[in-house]
Amino acid sequence: MSFAWAKQYEPKSDFTKWVDEKLPIPRMVYNAIGGGYPVPRNLNYMWNFGVLAGFFLMVQIITGVVLAMHYTSGVDSAFGSIEHIMRNVNYGWMLRYAHANGASFFFIVIYMHIFRGLFYSSYKAPREMIWLLGVVIFLLMMATAFMGYVLPWGQMSFWGAKVITGLFGAIPFVGEPLQIWLVGGYAPNAATLSRFFSLHFLLPFVIAGVVILHIWALHIPGSSNPTGVEVKAESDTVPFHPYYTAKDGWFLGLVLIIFSLFVFFAPNVLGHPDNYIEANPLSTPAHIVPEWYFLPFYAILRAFTADLTIPFTGIVLVEAKLLGVIAMFGSILVWFFLPWLDKSPVRSGSYRPLFARFFWFGFIPCFAVLMYVGGAPAEEPYVLLSQVATAYYFLHFLVILPIVSQIEKPKPLPFSITQAVLGHKEGDGTSDGGGDTPGKVVKPLPGGSPDGSLQPAE
Amino acid sequence: MTIRLAGIIFGLVLTGILVLWAMIPGIINYASPEHPDYYAFQEDNIQPAGGFAFDGPLGKWDYAQLQRGYQVYKQVCSACHSMKYVAFRNLEQLGYTEAEVRAEAASWNVPGIDPDTGETTTRPGEPTDYFPSPYPNETAARAANNNAYPPDLSLITKARPDGSHYVYSLLQGYTEPDPEDLKKSPNFETPPGLYFNEYFYNINIAMPPQLYPDLITYADGTEATQEQMAQDVAAFLTWTAEPSLVARKQTGWFVIGFLAFATALAFLSYKQIWAGKKKKKKA
Repeated sequence: MSFAWAKQYEPKSDFTKWVDEKLPIPRMVYNAIGGGYPVPRNLNYMWNFGVLAGFFLMVQIITGVVLAMHYTSGVDSAFGSIEHIMRNVNYGWMLRYAHANGASFFFIVIYMHIFRGLFYSSYKAPREMIWLLGVVIFLLMMATAFMGYVLPWGQMSFWGAKVITGLFGAIPFVGEPLQIWLVGGYAPNAATLSRFFSLHFLLPFVIAGVVILHIWALHIPGSSNPTGVEVKAESDTVPFHPYYTAKDGWFLGLVLIIFSLFVFFAPNVLGHPDNYIEANPLSTPAHIVPEWYFLPFYAILRAFTADLTIPFTGIVLVEAKLLGVIAMFGSILVWFFLPWLDKSPVRSGSYRPLFARFFWFGFIPCFAVLMYVGGAPAEEPYVLLSQVATAYYFLHFLVILPIVSQIEKPKPLPFSITQAVLGHKEGDGTSDGGGDTPGKVVKPLPGGSPDGSLQPAE
Repeated sequence: MTIRLAGIIFGLVLTGILVLWAMIPGIINYASPEHPDYYAFQEDNIQPAGGFAFDGPLGKWDYAQLQRGYQVYKQVCSACHSMKYVAFRNLEQLGYTEAEVRAEAASWNVPGIDPDTGETTTRPGEPTDYFPSPYPNETAARAANNNAYPPDLSLITKARPDGSHYVYSLLQGYTEPDPEDLKKSPNFETPPGLYFNEYFYNINIAMPPQLYPDLITYADGTEATQEQMAQDVAAFLTWTAEPSLVARKQTGWFVIGFLAFATALAFLSYKQIWAGKKKKKKA
């Protein structure tokens, strides 16, 4: 599964030859992230976030496993065991702050990774499966992060758990029994905390498994690139190692410096002070807010403030809470349909002027507004803002994107990646920006191009 | 095509419901949020002149201040407030010697069990004991405090926004209501048994004013003004909330220094590796 010119793994010593015959793991690694994986040479820094996401998954697993050695999941002891970690465990404060801020950084890099995919249409054929698996990973991450935030058993842990598990109660007919079954009672309790701890430990390994599938699916067509033009020749690619290991390496260092600024100098700014108060089922906090990375979806949930009724009769068709829950889950589920909603033959947003305008001046501000109002109190003007942004969010993916992809006239694409990087030599017959019409270059998207540029080596 | 058509229909229906049933009625009935009647009195936290010693990335503990703050806690706060996550042995971090900590621990009575009868009793503290609670349970604490529960102080500066400054402000915040603010909130009143404090979230706090000038005599001879005691105990409670605060910042400098060096090397190798693959600049 690679291009014909991909370098082959050659074991050097007798030992590596022996291993390669019995269990070719070094060969697999070489082909996955080593010299054996040819990658487009023109990737920009937005393509660094996939590797970073994998790195932060490892940070979370390693710090989390050590924290789990000191944590207890009893309702009377959980909060105290966190303080035990902070005060008595050697460098326990560092582990816990790295884990708490690591979750935030995991979401920062994942959001960058998703936005990259949205702008450069990385979800389009032949990469639909990579995108679908990515959305699955994102959903698993949200579940894992939510359950992790419950574990310290502070006030926000308890009340956040109560609000989020309460969402299941909005489902008609089965809602209430389902909620009681999920929580193990009428409100979060000892059973809830133990099962959340168990699942919080399990799910990261499920994520790691889906990540392997995600990378596997990636290696079949190979990486996308900022022009959206597929790889045509060896000169379009460079081996992953050393080129992208070097680029990812130094960028990882930069991100780790920013990460360290949070862990060591502002470890609590992304959290909430109320979570340093032990959970108290009898005292509701003034504002219940989730962690910042859930705020956009929380805003969508709260945007539906009125029941769907038959006007002037007072007959309720759908309750506001259920509408909010449908919209919140729908806001992520809609990503599953993106490859088929956006039919533009051009991938890269750089060559799609109308799409780019809606992306930069529509979707990105909309997401930022949702994040802001998600953390604001439920009063005007925030409610109105959240409704405008929620309406735009769904219109963007479900209406604007399908229509724009039909009516827009893309800019001319470069003939190849190499040409896009190096420019063409003067007088070689091609015009500036590539002589090919976009349709000609990109038409055979679903199957791979007839000149065989996309064909796997085998 | 079917997917796109279904998508467009679903998108229009959902946003239609949102706009027609929630948003437009919301605009018609648009009402500015009603502020609670204590809104006008709320003030931003104040901070001590020159800030706290532990502020900023280079912050350090002022051990003399922490020791004074401990004295305030012991002689004033501990009458009502527990500090259950701090042990006597932790006081060594404030600059006390092992013998001093042992003597200090012994000056507190902690719950114990009579070795002869097995009955619960009290005994002098050991360095390994945690600070005892002044009340046997929450019910007793509420009974003694007009049904208010004095919160545990171990984590108080992390459990409130801008906690160190909050504690410093709150302890000095027992003033008379500003007449200007009273005009804005004519219905506001402080019920009997509560106290006006413009830094408390709903202004009426159950804790009476505590710090009066020369309430205590500092062991190091510092003059015990209200501001001095508030500052000292706020610093002390910052330490109890996060004893690793200064060590954390110092470790941070080391980590970031190492990362900066490693990242610079990695960047140079990246430049060298890619040199042949980049577009040549025109000479």
